[in-house]
Amino acid sequence: MDFTFMKDTFFSLMSGVPLTLNLAFTSVAFGAVFAMILALMRMSGVRVLDAIAQAYVFVFRGTPLLVQIFLIYYGLGQFRPTLQELGLWSFFREPYWCAVLALTLNTAAYASEIIRGGLQSVPHQQVEAARACGMSGFLLFRRIIFPIAVRQALPAYGSEIILMVKATSLASIITMMEVTGIAAKLISQTFRAVEVFIVAGLIYLIINFIITRIIMAIEWWLSPHLRRPPAVEPRLEAAHV
Amino acid sequence: MQQLSYFELVGFGPNGWGWALLTAAGMTIAVATCGFLVGSVVGTFVAWAKVGGNMIVRSIADGYTTVLRGIPDLLVIYLFYFGGSAALGAIGSLFGAEGFIGVPAFVTGALAIGIISGAYQAEVFRGAYQVVNRGEIEAARSVGMHRWLMFRRIIAPQVLRYAIPGLGNTWQLVLKESALISVTGLVELLRQSHIAAGSTRRPFDFYLTAAVLYLLITWVSTYLFQRAETHSMRGIRRAS
Repeated sequence: MDFTFMKDTFFSLMSGVPLTLNLAFTSVAFGAVFAMILALMRMSGVRVLDAIAQAYVFVFRGTPLLVQIFLIYYGLGQFRPTLQELGLWSFFREPYWCAVLALTLNTAAYASEIIRGGLQSVPHQQVEAARACGMSGFLLFRRIIFPIAVRQALPAYGSEIILMVKATSLASIITMMEVTGIAAKLISQTFRAVEVFIVAGLIYLIINFIITRIIMAIEWWLSPHLRRPPAVEPRLEAAHV
Repeated sequence: MQQLSYFELVGFGPNGWGWALLTAAGMTIAVATCGFLVGSVVGTFVAWAKVGGNMIVRSIADGYTTVLRGIPDLLVIYLFYFGGSAALGAIGSLFGAEGFIGVPAFVTGALAIGIISGAYQAEVFRGAYQVVNRGEIEAARSVGMHRWLMFRRIIAPQVLRYAIPGLGNTWQLVLKESALISVTGLVELLRQSHIAAGSTRRPFDFYLTAAVLYLLITWVSTYLFQRAETHSMRGIRRAS
């Protein structure tokens, strides 16, 4: 194994990390908002809204992400004159925005089910207790339902974020030079697939490891009621007298 | 030239791409199935290593599942595609062959999918194994069954029963992963749509058709897995 080559590879691949993270976090952020809307549609009790959200989730979870990316990036080119008229062409011309859009729509479908699971796991007693205190509507949602649901949904949402980091690699197929894109270029230039693979894989593992730790830290922070109460600190003043 | 209507385009007429798309969908199913089966074999051994191995074997198995689930599938496919050809070339040169030896894209694809889905299936099998009643294994041992016989008669049928839902999920993943094999040039559904889109300049129509075909395959296989689940659970009493 050639370590100088691997070191060079590491530095060239690191230059793709900002784009990888950018794609992942932009789409996770937009996707979370959209997922929330979808989850509320599913739980609204209005049959039409529920059916629309269900169909959306079925379609986006049942087709490969790469097909969705191609449909947006190449497919919408078929309607170029119309899009130009609407002034949307400058958006759909950019591979970055097409990738973000596809990733957002995709993660929204998966995340909406996670959020729905979280919202449904909120114990009824808690809601009843809140109502008994006179909370209702948005206040009830903000103070009681949402925090409990987030706590429930966080582990699953964490794996969804990891999946999104992995999914950003598909943006390389539509010319985005993130980590996988650079790796593919390096492999086809040097034919040293194994070394490049090891370095690129390592970078993804490090990113995912850090994200898992952050999620775990947030989980810890959100569930103080599950932690043991801190041991009573011995009073130190006396020792200093 | 006048514009073909959508149905002429994807239909089975002289200008239609219907047969090509259906054949390609068959290829998608074939490569996904082969990959899934490779993954089942890999997954079984890895699950075995996880539940029965000593510390070294177990940590290797843990490392494998952690790494393969933590890196993008596309990277693994590139590794197999480029790395496989390089390895074959090296072996070939030992026997006097010269130049670049390409690995058939189907083999690369099936192996890559197999290695990736093996990591997921290992977890599914391990989880299912832990549900199998310990008493049954002790009983099998007490009537003198040997390892292999016990695996075949007692463990495998029960693990499989509890693994079906998880395997169904993995199959869906595999099916969607198979679209990534198109980067190696294997003419499966996505690649064929890409070709058709390029030659007719109707990308939206073809990618939409591909999406519909993928949905159809997903939908049918969900149904089949549900059937298999009810069938395998028919002997189990459930509190309802």
